[in-house]
Amino acid sequence: MDNKTAVAKPEIVGTKPASKMAIKNLSVFYGKFRALAEINITIQSNKITAIIGPSGCGKSTLLRAFNRMNDLTASARMEGEIILDGENINASGVDVVDVRRRVGMVFQRPNPFPKSIYDNVAYGPRLYGIHRKNDLNEIVEKSLHQSALWDEVKDKLHQSGLSLSGGQQQRLCIARALAVEPEVILMDEPASALDPISTLRIEELMHDIVKDYTIIIVTHNMQQAARVSDYTAMMMIDDHRAGQMIEFDETQVIFTNPKDKRTEDYVTGRFG
Amino acid sequence: MTTTRFQQLISRNQAALSARRKIVNAVMLSLTGALTLLALVPLFWIIGYVFYKGGSSINLAFFIKLPGPLGVAGFGVLNAIEGTLVMTLLACVFAIPPGVLAAFYAARYPNTPLGIVLRFSTDVLSGVPSIVVGLFVYALVVKAQGHFSAFAGGLAIAILMLPTIIRTTEEMLKLVPPTLREGSLALGAAEWKTSLSVVFPAALNGIITGFLLSISRAAGETAPLLFTALGNEHYDVWQMIVSGIAQKQNVFQILNRILDQPADSLPLTLWKYASQPYPERVQQSWAVALVLMILVLLIEIIARVWVESRKRALQG
Repeated sequence: MDNKTAVAKPEIVGTKPASKMAIKNLSVFYGKFRALAEINITIQSNKITAIIGPSGCGKSTLLRAFNRMNDLTASARMEGEIILDGENINASGVDVVDVRRRVGMVFQRPNPFPKSIYDNVAYGPRLYGIHRKNDLNEIVEKSLHQSALWDEVKDKLHQSGLSLSGGQQQRLCIARALAVEPEVILMDEPASALDPISTLRIEELMHDIVKDYTIIIVTHNMQQAARVSDYTAMMMIDDHRAGQMIEFDETQVIFTNPKDKRTEDYVTGRFG
Repeated sequence: MTTTRFQQLISRNQAALSARRKIVNAVMLSLTGALTLLALVPLFWIIGYVFYKGGSSINLAFFIKLPGPLGVAGFGVLNAIEGTLVMTLLACVFAIPPGVLAAFYAARYPNTPLGIVLRFSTDVLSGVPSIVVGLFVYALVVKAQGHFSAFAGGLAIAILMLPTIIRTTEEMLKLVPPTLREGSLALGAAEWKTSLSVVFPAALNGIITGFLLSISRAAGETAPLLFTALGNEHYDVWQMIVSGIAQKQNVFQILNRILDQPADSLPLTLWKYASQPYPERVQQSWAVALVLMILVLLIEIIARVWVESRKRALQG
């Protein structure tokens, strides 16, 4: 238990940006198995935070806790607090629909709905009662602009989303997530199924939109974490196979001067 | 270049091995080919034979006239065609909505007590002989109402369709990638909304194929209709609609007329005609078989074309 002092490092020194999310003592259980052990982390507003670590260390579980997607797993149970703008979204009375509108998600594999490009993007706004044609047109165009897809699809909005290439599909999924104007966007290895050029476009796109959103990305790709993120959280499993956060700092520090030996080994490729 | 011990060993056997591989390959290929042809024989034999035997008795009157007395030409089996369509449609109305909803439950909550019971009973129901289903509906509906009816016939067919619809729909829903569900739920959509507007459309092509299978089977059912629809040589839906409108009856009164009297169906007529001692009737029963086959084929083709065009629209 004495390495717990090294675990919690939510405070960031230097210029202090506004905090968007504060995770306090978050643990996730699958049945009796503890998958995540007492995670503490502060997510800064309008910054990109990367979560890195070896396979099976609970990165995705942590990410899915942020918009309560773990609720969908019947055996999953969460303890601790996830404070989003001062409100604990993990509390029992909170409307999970509202949480998921405020905290959007982009998945590992592009998963456009079997609908037209337009209907894919308009799906979210329609859920929240926006049905006027003009309003929807405006939202669809704006979202596709933001995800840098508009020029490629503006003439075929009513073709199926599945007709696009993999990279385009992923940008469509990002547009779909942006259409409900979330505050935080969770990305679970958003480029791992894409070719290098599509990956680059996704990364550029993240840079472009981060001024309006807060982004949290899980990635296996060290270079990607180094390229895109402002802050990096390093996770690893402990002796009880529970995921824990071993270091959290500005990305530059994590990659050039990490305090934990395990982080250094991992980011330099000596382990993991 | 030195050769290893292994290379020396196999170089001696190479010629023999290569010849053996080629022969085994040729034998297996011709075996599978021949057995494929053998499996196709019954199918084409049946279709060809029915065309051969029934084709000569088919004419326009056969499709648009009611049955007439023996020995008089120019009559048909319109009653059976309309009865088949009415009862199959009714069975779809009864079976598809509950079947699809049950399939959603089974696919979403497979390990709950209700889900397990549902799957088990579906399997049992699909094993119940169709004549038993006919008897069941006879006891339940015909006895209670005191008369045979198209309604009872449609109900019996619906019970027979139910297990196929539940199982095929369930399988198709399970094939939808879970990430698609999650994509919708992550936007804040409710479970029902996700199922209805994302999962169901994604599985629809396969589900329609399941419907087709069960409809084709249902349209060909004879046994359950013996105790329920009975048969009716004067069953003429078109006439009922026309006279109903003339008498200023509303939709429900006309529907009631159509459904509340005994009805005929193609397989029922086939069975009745074929068991009569008159060569003319036996001849006509072949024609009825042909009409039944064409009808099922038509339903199949129309649905296939629709599914294909939908698939193309989706894939872009």
